[in-house]
Amino acid sequence: MSFLLTCPNCGVREVTDFGYGGEISPRPTSRPTLRELGEYNYFRRNVAGVQREWWFHRSGCRAWFIAERDTRTNEVLLTALPADPSPNGGGAA
Amino acid sequence: MSRLPNQPGELINRDNVIRFTFDGKPVEAYEGDTIGSALFAAGRRTFSRSFKYHRRRGLLCCAGQCPNCIVAVDGAPGTRACIEPVREGMKVEHLNAQPGLDLDVMRATDLVGTKFTPPGFYYKTFIRPRKLWPLYEKVLRHAAGLGVLRKEQPEREWRTEYRRRHADVLVIGGGSAGQSAAKAAAEQGDDVVLVDEGPFGIEPIPGVEILARASALGYFDGIVPVWQGDTLHQIRARRHVFATGAIEQPLVFAGNDLPGVMLSGGAVRLTQLYAVSPGTRAVIATTSDRGLAAAAKLQDAGVEIAAVADLRETPGAAARRLSERGIQVLAGHTILEATGGKAVESAVLGPIGVKGASVERTFECDLVVVSGGFAPAMSLVLQAGAQTRYDPARGSFVLDKLPSSVTAVGDVAGVDDEGDDVESGAVAIPPPVSGAGRGKCFACLCEDVTAKDIRLSVEEGYDSIELSKRYTTVTMGPCQGRMCQLPAIRLMARETGQLLEQVGTTTARPPWVSVPMGVLAGRPFEPAKRSSIHGRHRELAANIKWAGDWRRAYDYGDPQGEALAVHQAAGLIDVSTLGKLLVRGPDAGEFLNRLYPNRFSDLKPGRIRYGVISSDAGRIVDDGTICRIDDDTFYVTTTSSGAGAVEEWFSWWLADWRMDVKLTDLTQGLSAVNLAGPRAREILSELTDLDCSPEAFKYLDGKQAKVAGVECLILRIGFVGEVGYEIHFAAAHGEHVWDALMEAGRDKGLRPFGLEPQRILRLQKMHILVGQDTDSESTPFGAAMPWIVKLDKEEDFIGKWALQHYSIEEPATRLVGFTLGNGYVPTEGSVILDGLGVPAGQVTSARFSPVLDRVIGMAWVPSPLARDGSQVTISDEGRTTEAQIQTKPFYDPEGEVLRS
Repeated sequence: MSFLLTCPNCGVREVTDFGYGGEISPRPTSRPTLRELGEYNYFRRNVAGVQREWWFHRSGCRAWFIAERDTRTNEVLLTALPADPSPNGGGAA
Repeated sequence: MSRLPNQPGELINRDNVIRFTFDGKPVEAYEGDTIGSALFAAGRRTFSRSFKYHRRRGLLCCAGQCPNCIVAVDGAPGTRACIEPVREGMKVEHLNAQPGLDLDVMRATDLVGTKFTPPGFYYKTFIRPRKLWPLYEKVLRHAAGLGVLRKEQPEREWRTEYRRRHADVLVIGGGSAGQSAAKAAAEQGDDVVLVDEGPFGIEPIPGVEILARASALGYFDGIVPVWQGDTLHQIRARRHVFATGAIEQPLVFAGNDLPGVMLSGGAVRLTQLYAVSPGTRAVIATTSDRGLAAAAKLQDAGVEIAAVADLRETPGAAARRLSERGIQVLAGHTILEATGGKAVESAVLGPIGVKGASVERTFECDLVVVSGGFAPAMSLVLQAGAQTRYDPARGSFVLDKLPSSVTAVGDVAGVDDEGDDVESGAVAIPPPVSGAGRGKCFACLCEDVTAKDIRLSVEEGYDSIELSKRYTTVTMGPCQGRMCQLPAIRLMARETGQLLEQVGTTTARPPWVSVPMGVLAGRPFEPAKRSSIHGRHRELAANIKWAGDWRRAYDYGDPQGEALAVHQAAGLIDVSTLGKLLVRGPDAGEFLNRLYPNRFSDLKPGRIRYGVISSDAGRIVDDGTICRIDDDTFYVTTTSSGAGAVEEWFSWWLADWRMDVKLTDLTQGLSAVNLAGPRAREILSELTDLDCSPEAFKYLDGKQAKVAGVECLILRIGFVGEVGYEIHFAAAHGEHVWDALMEAGRDKGLRPFGLEPQRILRLQKMHILVGQDTDSESTPFGAAMPWIVKLDKEEDFIGKWALQHYSIEEPATRLVGFTLGNGYVPTEGSVILDGLGVPAGQVTSARFSPVLDRVIGMAWVPSPLARDGSQVTISDEGRTTEAQIQTKPFYDPEGEVLRS
C-alpha cells in the first residue's frame, strides 16, 4: 500500500507517516445485546468502495482525523479533522 | 594492453594507469575503463562459466544487460564487469568455476551430460531416495549458481541510506529521448528527477535533479525505488516518463554462446568507448541496418569484415554502401552456427529457407557480431500499468494502453532515436532458431536453456509461456528476460503452433536490475531511547538491556542484593521510561471517567488512584496511576511499553468525543525515579522542605515540591511494596536529582536497583505487569481486580458493556499467585495442568524472592482452583512440579508496610 494522504494540520505526506484507525463504526450508545457488541468489536463492513475511516498522524502532529478513501484505488476523496463542522468535515464521525 | 589508436568518443584517459587484480593476477587499465574493457584489452575472452553446463562465456552486450560477465568485486558477487568502472586496487574474481575459469571440471555436464540434463532434470532425477535430497541439494547448489556469499559479514558493513523524494515528473532513462523529456518538463516549471543507469554521467540540465549511475528497481504503487551507490531513493512523482530504451536481441543459432559472439552494440561500444578491438576478423549477422552500421564502424577501426549476413531479402542503401567498401553482404542469409574451442574460430552462414551443405558458406573469424533486432525495455512501464500488443511489422511486442499519468518516449515507445546510423527502419523477423541439430542453440544464457529445452517442455505439457518459464526457468536469471523473453516467446509460438500474440509475454516483475540484499534491508541503525540518567547507569556498570525501544539497567550486578536493599534500607530506580500524560481542561475528570472503568471525577486534588484501561471488548489494555493536580489537571502515568499506544488511545477518543480537554505527552520531557524502602523518607527529607511525615504525606498523596532545588511532582505510591516516592521532574535535571539522592543515601544503605529486582519486588506484591501477566484475553475480573470496575458509574465508559457481561460470567481462568517449596523456578510460559493432566492455564511470572526465601509466581489457573491453599501442577517442558495457590500478596499482604 502506498499513497499520499493530506493531514488537515500538516499537509500532504506519505501514507507511511500515518497510523490507520480503521473504518468508522458507530459505538453503541445504549446497552447492546451481546451480538451487537460482538459485531461492534469484531466485525467490519470492509467495503470495496468509498469508506469513512480514521487516520492518525503518527510521525507528525499526532492528530486523529477522518478520511474518505476508495479502498479499491486508494484515492483519498477528503480528509478533515473530526471537529470540522463543514459538510465534508468530520462532523458526522 | 592492446588498444586501438585514439577513438573520437573514447572514455579512457591514457595518461592515468589503474591497477587491479583478476583472480589474483595484476591487470593494468586506464582511467575510464570498465573491468570488462580492461580485461578484454588484456587478452581475456572467457569471463564466466555458464550456470548449468559450465560453458565459456564472454562479453556479449557490454551494456550491463546480459549475464556473461558477472564477477565478484572485493568479495561481493553479482557485479557486471562490462559496466563497472575500474578502481585502483580492486580485487576482481570469477564466479562459478572450479578450479578456475580456464579449466572448469564441471564442464563435464556439457560434454557428457547433455542428454541427462533436460529441463526438470533435478526434479526428475534426484527425487529418490527421498532422504538423500539434502545430499543432492548440497552438490547441486555447489555445481550451479552465480557466486558464493561470504558466510559472515562484518556487522553493518553495508550502509544504505533511504531518501524520500517527491517530484512532479520522474524520467527513467537518460538517453536522448529521456533527456529531452526532462528538459521540456523542467522548462514548464515542473520539479523533475531524471534517473539513468548508464555508466557515464549526464550533463546537467537546468531544473532537473539527475541521478546518474542509478537504477530504477521497479514500480510499486506509485513509488519507484532507485538504487544509487549506498542510497536507495524512494521517488514518488505525479507523472512518469519511461525512456528505458530498447535492448538489442541476440539470435538463436548453434554455438551462439561462444566467447567472440557479440551483439553489434557491444562490439561497437568496446571499439569506440574504450578503444579496444573486439576481434581481428568478423562475421556479421543482422536483421536490420544496425548490423550493417556496425560493420562499417568496425572496419573503420581496423577489423577485417569477412562477411555480412543480412536476413532481409533486399537490404537497401546501407548494404550497397558496404559493398562499395569491399564488404560482402549476403542478402536473405543468416548465421547457422559458430564453432570453436575456447572462442569463435569460424561461422557458418546460409540462406533462409534453403537447407544443405551446398548453400552454406563457412568463414574463419574470431568475432561474430549479431543483431537480432530490438525489444523495447518495457518491464518498468508494464509494472506501472501499461499493456502490450504484438506488432507483426516490428516482430516484437510494443506498448499499447498507458495509464494517464504515464508516458513512454524514445525506443521503448517504438521511436528509433539513433537516426544517424539507420537509413532504413526495415527489419526482418528472425526464425525462432537456426542451425538446430548442429549443437546447443541457447534461448536463455542466464539459465542455460536451449531451444530444444523449450520444445521438450512443450512436449511435456508446459505449453503456456508462464508454465514453461517456471519449468525451464527461461527468463528467470540475472538478465530478467532482457535477452531471452522474445526468443522464448518465438520458440513457444513455433512449438505450440500459436501466433506470438496468443503466446503473450510473461509478467514483468521487479527488480529490474540485480540489487544487493543490503540495499533493500534498510538503514543499518537501531534507534534506542535512553533516559537522561543513562550515563550514570553506565558508570555504575549496570547490566543494560533492551526493554521495548529503551535501553534500561536490568541490574547492577546483584539483583537479589538490590531487592533486599529496598526492604532493608532504600533503593533508587530510574523509571523515566514510564508514559506521562498531562490531561487538562474543564472536562478532564469526565474524560478520564469515560476512559477508565473506575471513577476519577471524584478524585481529590493531591490524591492518586490506580487505573486499568480496558478496551470496548473488556480486555486490559494498560495500567498506571493518575494524580489529580488541581480541579482541571490530571497527571497520568502509563506502562513504559504502552506509553505511545495510550497517548494514541486517549487522543483518538478525545477526537471522537470532542471534549474540552488538552492532552500533552510529557514522556520524553520528564524523567522519573522511584525512591523506596524503610529509609526513603529520611533520604527524601534531606533534599526537600516538604513535610514527609506519614501524617503530612500519606500513601497515595501527590505533592509538588522542590527536591535538590528542582521542581518535582512526588507521587507516594508503592509498586515495589515499601514506602516509596516516585519523583517526576524535567529531564534536563536527571543526573542532578539522581546524584543528589544517591549522595543523601550514601550513609543510609541506599543502593540503585534495576528492572530485574523491581520485577521481584512487584511480584511479591502481585502487582501485574500488563503484557507479561495479561494478554489480549485478560479482563479485570479474571485478573483479580473486580474492584477496579465501577459498573454503577453514571457515565458510559469504554468497556462498560463488555465488563457488565464479564462481571456475571465466571471466567475460565483467573490470575493468582503461587509458591513452590523446592527452590525450582519454572520457566515463564510453563503450562498449568488441570486435575486430568490437560493444559488449562500458564505461568506468567516466576522468581526467587530473597526476602521470602522461596520461589513465587503468578499464573492463570482454572477458576475452581483459584483459591488459597489449592494445589496445581506446573508442567515445564515435561518436568512437573506441584505449586500452592495464594491469592493475597506474598509480601505485606495487608499493605501495612506500604502505608506506614
